[in-house]
Amino acid sequence: MSLSIFAAALLNPNLPAPVGLTAWNGSDPAQRFRVYRNNVIVSLVDALADTFEVTQELVGEELFRAMARLYAYAHPPQSRLMAFYGDEFPCFIESFSPATALPYLADVALLEYRRVVAYHAADVPGVGAEAVADVLADDVFLPALVVSLHPSISVVASAFAVVSLWAAHQGVLELSAVAPEASETALVLRNGIEVEVLQISAAAGAFICELRAGTNLGAAAAEATGIDADFDLVAILGLLLQKSAITALHPSGSPS
Amino acid sequence: MTTAPGFLPTAAGAPAAHAAYLPARGGLGLKPEHFRTILETLPDLGFFEIHAENYMVDGGPFHHYLTQIRSHYPLSVHGVGLSIGGEGPLDEEHLDRLAVLITRYEPQSFSEHLAWSSHGDIFLNDLLPAPYNTATLQRVCDHIDRVHERLGRRMLLENPATYVEFAASTQAETDFIGEVVKRTGCGLLLDVNNVFVSCTNHGRDAQNYIDAFPLAATAQIHLAGFAKDVDAAGAPLLIDSHGSPIAQTVWDLYRFTLERTGPLPTLIERDNDIPAFAVLHAEAQQAEKLLQTCRIEVAA
Repeated sequence: MSLSIFAAALLNPNLPAPVGLTAWNGSDPAQRFRVYRNNVIVSLVDALADTFEVTQELVGEELFRAMARLYAYAHPPQSRLMAFYGDEFPCFIESFSPATALPYLADVALLEYRRVVAYHAADVPGVGAEAVADVLADDVFLPALVVSLHPSISVVASAFAVVSLWAAHQGVLELSAVAPEASETALVLRNGIEVEVLQISAAAGAFICELRAGTNLGAAAAEATGIDADFDLVAILGLLLQKSAITALHPSGSPS
Repeated sequence: MTTAPGFLPTAAGAPAAHAAYLPARGGLGLKPEHFRTILETLPDLGFFEIHAENYMVDGGPFHHYLTQIRSHYPLSVHGVGLSIGGEGPLDEEHLDRLAVLITRYEPQSFSEHLAWSSHGDIFLNDLLPAPYNTATLQRVCDHIDRVHERLGRRMLLENPATYVEFAASTQAETDFIGEVVKRTGCGLLLDVNNVFVSCTNHGRDAQNYIDAFPLAATAQIHLAGFAKDVDAAGAPLLIDSHGSPIAQTVWDLYRFTLERTGPLPTLIERDNDIPAFAVLHAEAQQAEKLLQTCRIEVAA
């Protein structure tokens, strides 16, 4: 018997159990095969439940597990590293019609996935205050400065109150006080071993995305100011430095 | 009993952490929810075991805590994703990741399963059975030879818990494993719970089954809890769930095994419904009591 048939039947509950299975007591081996089928799907759904805890709280366990089950059959893991399973789950949620009553669900899921990525990202130390002082002392180079950001950093710009919704489920904020329709931008990063979720302005979010793409400070700040004339460059750089999120300075503009 | 090449890290730490082999003591699976308790209390335990794949990440808390815990305790690295029983060749990238992990943490033991867990591009996240015949034997031996070659050390192969058997099988599981051990020189990780589960599921006598394994090659034992189900005929069907305390029948089979093998490193596995650390530590101590009894009997 080819293991292909076994594998296909595991991932498609509508297929019959593979032929060629036996049981010592002559009982129907299909019933026994169900143990494997169940182990596989439950382990995948459980893995998603571990990553998307707040998403599960928002929709309730029953709907979450039904949704996760459909996702797992449609998108079984292609990596043996289960920590990162579910990268397409936020997109899947967005097109999952029973969840349309919660339009913010996909963005909350994305925020949760980015937290997992940040949790396991590489350890890179932030630049010290002296390195920053040295560069800042030379105004001429400042707009041309390119910075490297910590590998854990990401931005989730949402039309919904993703940060507040997430915080409410950590017990930091009353859920009743959250207006889900308010647009929020989340900055996710790991400082040391702690993953943090911080609310920043949409302009600051765009600024950080530009920096990540290798844009120099001057051009990134111009982009951010175009979004919001009140963009506060000093405040966001201060925040990034405080969180050890700037890991290298490249005054000549080249990140290598 | 094992000929695995040991590594002697030069970093400071508890002497046992740098021994060449796992001690014949009780050990526990390392769980993130227990990282801090372990470092704060440094419990008296023989070793910790990790699932290799959980630590194939770039950085962050897992490596932060494991590095510290490793400086105090011997370590067993247990793979769940290599798919040694799989039809395709081993995933060389996965072997590379294993090599990196093993170089970094210098574990006393590396083990994997007699099972497959991926097929084509898909990872199934479960330990799946294969027929015991000459084709599977050749494949498993080739895969283990490749692991030995790539990692430069001897691996242990774990006997599986199974729920079905194959019409295409031509050999008993114990004979199959005996042949793999003989051909590849790998060691045996004898999962006593898996023996009990499989014997119940396939109508066999667990003690005779233990006796049929190549016991001289056994280098480690696993113990775990099972869940109960029934098959289509109403016969008991046990599930290797790792979600409950070890059953008394499995403790009894463990004692029976130790009488034959002598004391061996013994891991308590719990991967679901993980209780407080103290609960698992008590199970490891229970194993240590039996190991102690077995030592006295061996000495007498």
